[in-house]
Amino acid sequence: MAEEFLRVNNISKHFAGVRALDNVSFVVNQGEIRCLVGENGSGKSTLIKVIAGVYPPTSGEVTINGQTYRSLRPITSIQEGIQVIYQDFSLFPNLTAAENIALNYQLERGKRFINWGEVRRIARDAIAQIDVDVDLNAIVGDLPVADRQLIAITRALLHDAKLIIMDEPTTALTQREVESLFRVIRGLRQKGISILFVSHKLSEVQSIADTIMVLRNGKKVADGLASEFDLVKLAYHMTGREIMETGYRYNPTAHGQNGNPPLLRVNNLSLPGRFEDVSFEVRSGEIVGVTGLLGSGRTDLALALFGVQPAISGETYVNGRRVHIGSIQDAMRHGIGYVPEDRLTEGLFLAQSIGRNVVVRIIDQTLGRAGLLSSRKMTEKIREWTKRLSIKTADVRNAVSSLSGGNQQRVVLAKWLAASPQILVMNGPTVGVDVGSKMELHELIKELAGQGIGILIMSDDLPELMNTCNRILLMREGRIVEEFQTTNITEEQLNLKLTEAVE
Amino acid sequence: MLRKLFSQHEMIILLIVIGLSVAIGLINPAFFTVGNAFQLARAATITGIFSMGVLIVLISGGIDVSFTGIAIFAMYTTVTILANNNYEGGMLLPFVMAAAMGLGLGLVNAFFIAVFRLPTLIVTLGTLSLFRGAMLFWVGSDYFNTIEMPPGMIAYARAQLFPYTMPNGGTTSLHPTIFILLVLAVLVWLVLRYTMLGRSIFAIGGDREAAERAGFNIMGTQVIIYAFVGLISGIGGMIVGALFRQANPFSIVGTELDVIAAAVLGGASLAGGRGSVIGTLLGVVLITIVNNSLVLMGVPSQWQRFVVGMLILLGTGLPLLRAKLAEWRRLRGGGAAEPAAAPVKAR
Repeated sequence: MAEEFLRVNNISKHFAGVRALDNVSFVVNQGEIRCLVGENGSGKSTLIKVIAGVYPPTSGEVTINGQTYRSLRPITSIQEGIQVIYQDFSLFPNLTAAENIALNYQLERGKRFINWGEVRRIARDAIAQIDVDVDLNAIVGDLPVADRQLIAITRALLHDAKLIIMDEPTTALTQREVESLFRVIRGLRQKGISILFVSHKLSEVQSIADTIMVLRNGKKVADGLASEFDLVKLAYHMTGREIMETGYRYNPTAHGQNGNPPLLRVNNLSLPGRFEDVSFEVRSGEIVGVTGLLGSGRTDLALALFGVQPAISGETYVNGRRVHIGSIQDAMRHGIGYVPEDRLTEGLFLAQSIGRNVVVRIIDQTLGRAGLLSSRKMTEKIREWTKRLSIKTADVRNAVSSLSGGNQQRVVLAKWLAASPQILVMNGPTVGVDVGSKMELHELIKELAGQGIGILIMSDDLPELMNTCNRILLMREGRIVEEFQTTNITEEQLNLKLTEAVE
Repeated sequence: MLRKLFSQHEMIILLIVIGLSVAIGLINPAFFTVGNAFQLARAATITGIFSMGVLIVLISGGIDVSFTGIAIFAMYTTVTILANNNYEGGMLLPFVMAAAMGLGLGLVNAFFIAVFRLPTLIVTLGTLSLFRGAMLFWVGSDYFNTIEMPPGMIAYARAQLFPYTMPNGGTTSLHPTIFILLVLAVLVWLVLRYTMLGRSIFAIGGDREAAERAGFNIMGTQVIIYAFVGLISGIGGMIVGALFRQANPFSIVGTELDVIAAAVLGGASLAGGRGSVIGTLLGVVLITIVNNSLVLMGVPSQWQRFVVGMLILLGTGLPLLRAKLAEWRRLRGGGAAEPAAAPVKAR
């Protein structure tokens, strides 16, 4: 029987009247992979911070290795072997991987002078523990996200970690990288190290977890072996509602499509090194999915369609007319909108208010006399769009950074919809969005298609594509290799197709 | 492998220095004389000493524009005190006094930056005016010409290293100050590369928050940085006074940009986290050549500022230009030119 490492007993945490955690109790055993799922605001981050000693609990206690603490300090938590890997990894982008791994270790031992041979040795030994291949001399800022994460994990191991807490570790990873990470995690489990990870991605949680725990509104609502849960049950526990997603039915006659040219047609679009000979069309009311592994070129395709990184050869037709998309302005002029992969850096002005973010594309529609901004018109437009997209906020003047992921994504959508696009290209539209909001966003997307907009969704979230698209294009190494009607294929088959014959 | 060597920033600056030297020399062979070389060395020494301080601050993610103010304050005040007391001794005391004053002023910077966490540019812009104004007000604004300078300093100015007789009969030489620069450069290099203090400077410049979380003593490190800059600025100022054999309270201030430009040309990033001693020294050489030798090419001195400005644009734009060029090459070529070292891949 596995030994208990961490026991959380009746932890509650209040913040000025808000109950972030309400009597939460659970156990983490040695060598256990435990997943923590919950929507935004469920208390996940607070719970992690209590365990890490960053927040003292209002009541309850934490027992680590048999030692009970009513109030933990970060240094004690670290000494007991708890290491937290936050989403930003806390690495130094200007230093090498080896240095990132070893520097902290040296600092703790009060070293004044650096012996580079020793630094390399420490890093090499540490990374051998997880058996991966990362160039230790590379500058961390140049490394891909997946490698940076491995460096962060390796650094955690050097502190003699017994429990590693990972906060949304797979958000920025591709399928392949996720599998790599899981292999590493399983390897750690073999060594008796426990992992507690927090994730939104229910299907991944299912494949890696030994046990799963669900938080909702600060309370623990479910806890059991991974085998006892399925996706529907998990979604139900997380949101308290039945989440049933149905697919999307495309009805060509509903949009008078039978005589009209497609909204978007591309022919032999190429950008050497990224994608080649891409041809497809999107009709009014269709939701077409594009998927593929890392390097397949699907994001490059999205960027080309939107004029960020235009294709070098090939033709593009909007509504049957040949157009040239050489810049973002061209794309917008032809009614193409783009919801980007990374809403935080590419989709929103984080420091600005929600309202301003919503109207930023249609500023010219909010002008009054003399060409100056009319705050009345702006408020009208803001109200119209926040209502249409159900953006939940107390005040549209709050900074958009205060919103949850799902609501932020709605703001990005509102911004583009306000400009009445004909074609909407969406890249990873529900990345980092919790399950409840995800479903709502999917319904929203289907509604938009129902209004006649042609939608292209780039995603590696296969359930998402199966639920929202009527057609899916599979890309591999820059080419479209296959096309499916969602009615003719299952998710498993799609998954197989995605990963087959790549080596 | 060779390609990697040549694409290093420092290598590019070296090539530019060589290229520029050859160009100037072809137009006017006077460039390649020993006399010219020694003159360049003198000019470069002063910029070089200041640039070591600027380099450290830049790596830590900050920027210090007050070092010229510290330099002039330290130098002028020291000279005033010594001259008024008819000081007859050697250079040691002046250097010590200037260094001590510089250290003190650097601590003022450190106080606002490390303890109050105010933005470095704002603080040092303020202290630049503050130090200079305080000096002019309290110490005075009299100009000390050569006769009025302490004799020990004049003697120092005349010190010669490798004296050389020029074709036209005069003599020229290297000045021993160059040793101070060399010692300083080696010291800074050692600290940056081989001590935890040095690595913490890089860490703070790389990601301040991560450095805090990792347990680095940010406040302590910053105090050391700015105090050190103050110290060497004091020494630098003293060298200016000695070598130019005059103490003009209105000198030195105004030359900050050339020093910062030298460091940036050498690869230091204004955003912090990057920079090297070799690169900075090469940058100093480049700026010095431009400032002193364009005249040999027949370029009017009014154009010097223009050229320096162009160099700064080039120097800061160079890394970006290289990245864009590499990507352009890859797109047109369509093949795998650079392997995984380049961060831009198909997505």
